[in-house]
Amino acid sequence: MDSLALLLLLSPFVGFLINVFFGKKLGHNGAGYLATLAVVVSFVATLVFFLGLNGGAKPSEIKLFDWLSVNNFNIEFGFLLDQLSVLWLMFVTGIGSLIHLYSVSYMHDDENRHKFFAYLNLFVFFMISLVMGSNLLVMFIGWEGVGLCSYLLIGFWYKNQDYNDAAKKAFIMNRVGDLGLLIGIFILATLFGTLNFTELNATILGGTNAGNTTWIAAAALALFIGACGKSAQIPLYTWLPDAMAGPTPVSALIHAATMVTAGIFMVTRLHVLFDLAPVVLDVIAYVGAFTALMAATIGLVQNDIKKVLAYSTVSQLGLMFLALGMGAYEVAVFHVITHAFFKACLFLGSGSVIHALHGEQDMRNMGGLRKAMPITFVTMLISSLAISGIFPLAGFWSKDEILMVSFHGNKALWVIGSVASVLTAFYMFRLMYLTFFNDFRGTDEQKHHLHESPALITFPLIVLGTLAAIGGLISLPGHSWLNHYLAPLFAEKTHEAHHLGTTEYLLMAVATVGALIGIGIAYAKYIKQKQLPETDENISGFTKVLYDKYYVDEAYEAIIVKPINFLSRFFRDYIETAVAGFVFGFARAANEIGYQGKKLQNGNVGFYLFAFVLGVCAIISYVFLAK
Amino acid sequence: MGNVLNQIGIENYIFLAVILFCIGVFGVLYRRNAIIVFMSIEIMLNAVNLLFVAFSTYHQDAQGQIFVFFSMAVAAAEVAVGLAIVVSIFRNLGSIDIDNLKNLKG
Repeated sequence: MDSLALLLLLSPFVGFLINVFFGKKLGHNGAGYLATLAVVVSFVATLVFFLGLNGGAKPSEIKLFDWLSVNNFNIEFGFLLDQLSVLWLMFVTGIGSLIHLYSVSYMHDDENRHKFFAYLNLFVFFMISLVMGSNLLVMFIGWEGVGLCSYLLIGFWYKNQDYNDAAKKAFIMNRVGDLGLLIGIFILATLFGTLNFTELNATILGGTNAGNTTWIAAAALALFIGACGKSAQIPLYTWLPDAMAGPTPVSALIHAATMVTAGIFMVTRLHVLFDLAPVVLDVIAYVGAFTALMAATIGLVQNDIKKVLAYSTVSQLGLMFLALGMGAYEVAVFHVITHAFFKACLFLGSGSVIHALHGEQDMRNMGGLRKAMPITFVTMLISSLAISGIFPLAGFWSKDEILMVSFHGNKALWVIGSVASVLTAFYMFRLMYLTFFNDFRGTDEQKHHLHESPALITFPLIVLGTLAAIGGLISLPGHSWLNHYLAPLFAEKTHEAHHLGTTEYLLMAVATVGALIGIGIAYAKYIKQKQLPETDENISGFTKVLYDKYYVDEAYEAIIVKPINFLSRFFRDYIETAVAGFVFGFARAANEIGYQGKKLQNGNVGFYLFAFVLGVCAIISYVFLAK
Repeated sequence: MGNVLNQIGIENYIFLAVILFCIGVFGVLYRRNAIIVFMSIEIMLNAVNLLFVAFSTYHQDAQGQIFVFFSMAVAAAEVAVGLAIVVSIFRNLGSIDIDNLKNLKG
């Protein structure tokens, strides 16, 4: 089993190495198929573990070697394959395989294909080590690694300076969060003397240091800041919409389905710790709810098809954090999975549209694509219905559960979450109507070339669309396979039986009606009245505020970036000048002494002899006087 | 041997050696002719040799005399090399005035 786990982990890494060094020689699509194969191998290995665990096998922990051993503090390099990590690996490698396959076609005429697939493979490798790590430090390696790959892939088209800036922004914002994560890790190491998840859980449940609530809350908060960075929550979310600069498969894989869920994974992993800090859970719930609402409102008016999806992702991640904050970790995990299905499908669908329109991303120049691209249309429609929460698609079940737990926990947050859901339904169908309905608004040349994408693109769409439709089956209320599967993780919790009363049915009805209202408004606006979003110059009023994303970027620019730049300039102009002047002073002195000393060597042999005699005299007098 | 010292006195040897050494030093400092500078150096060497021998006798210790043999041998070798250099300089410059040897200027 150990070697299988290593195969799972290293297969994408080997793919990365081969693609990096020999990718160019593998023929036109060789690099792509090789990368896909590497991830499929991982998927198959995961499937073996998954079936084993589902059949009742024990979670396995693999210790490779001791990494750090100081006094009583020991960190081993090891991996933990339990219900949670294997579940995560299932959709990371599963959706990863589909997206790799999709990319083979999507990137087929890019000259740096092999580099693209090398990065993708490297990303999957790091994501697997993030998920599989048996302690926080191994997880941190993966955490940093996926950040790096995210940076590389956002800036993949490096000739565009805007894309490079977006990549840097993502990287730097993530660093802020990573600092929080590191601080959290340090506090945990100090408090509990171990970073191993199993031992941490046992120690915390055993009551060691459990009374030290201040420090535990501090650790939980610091870890949550880390999660905020990776999972794009207020205040560290602005990198994610900009990250859409990367190729669309990257947005689907990294910035929708996998990497951005790392924060939720980490919180779920350490849920025992978070349970001890109810204040932090409240913070998480509020941050999640407000992120969900804020991102949804921004999503209402965006015109770039990928930007809408990006804000939708931020919003959905907010809902997941809302569930985490309510202590309903399994519900958050459920939404992570369903979201991975329908959001990956939506992103890939938008990629298919962009592909057909030769790079056009502005929805104002689309329209009427329904007939030209039926498969893309149908799969995206299913996913949109799913994300809006229409019965009986996947999103309905997961979103409904989130709203249900927040209704029982905090009515105000339930209202915010519900409003965000209604807005979600609206902006998703705004996207659908603008893209696929009415008449085509692009150029004649584009119209002439309109076509359904090739099979390599539509196949992943069909698979993901199907999953978006039926994904809810894994956790139906009352008969939840997911809760049963994850039960060993939450063994310490006394589960109240999930009974479905009138309240629950009423909540479902409210949620569905809300979603229908959202869709209805979109229909009235964009189909009935055939409205089009205004051109950039004509946007005014509150729409303008939304369109410019509440000016958060500008505020960050003024509050953080400008002062830091000022400080840097100050250090460069004054402090560095002083330090450099001091250091260079020595060099200048040595130079001057040498220059003057050079004159002594004047070629006059008589002078040399004189100096020689003087020297002898000096030595002799020294010898005598010293005695 | 002892009687030699009895008749003349160790201090006279020292005076002689000092005078010879000073002559050598001044020769080195004041003369411009390379061969004379050379000879002056030899005079200094021999002043030291003289001291060695005198003290060797005074202390009834043969070590000093052995040293002198060594330094004479070294001086002979040095002269051989030095004169060769002087000849070579003369061939190149047509002069052995050390004031003309400015090619080594740094």
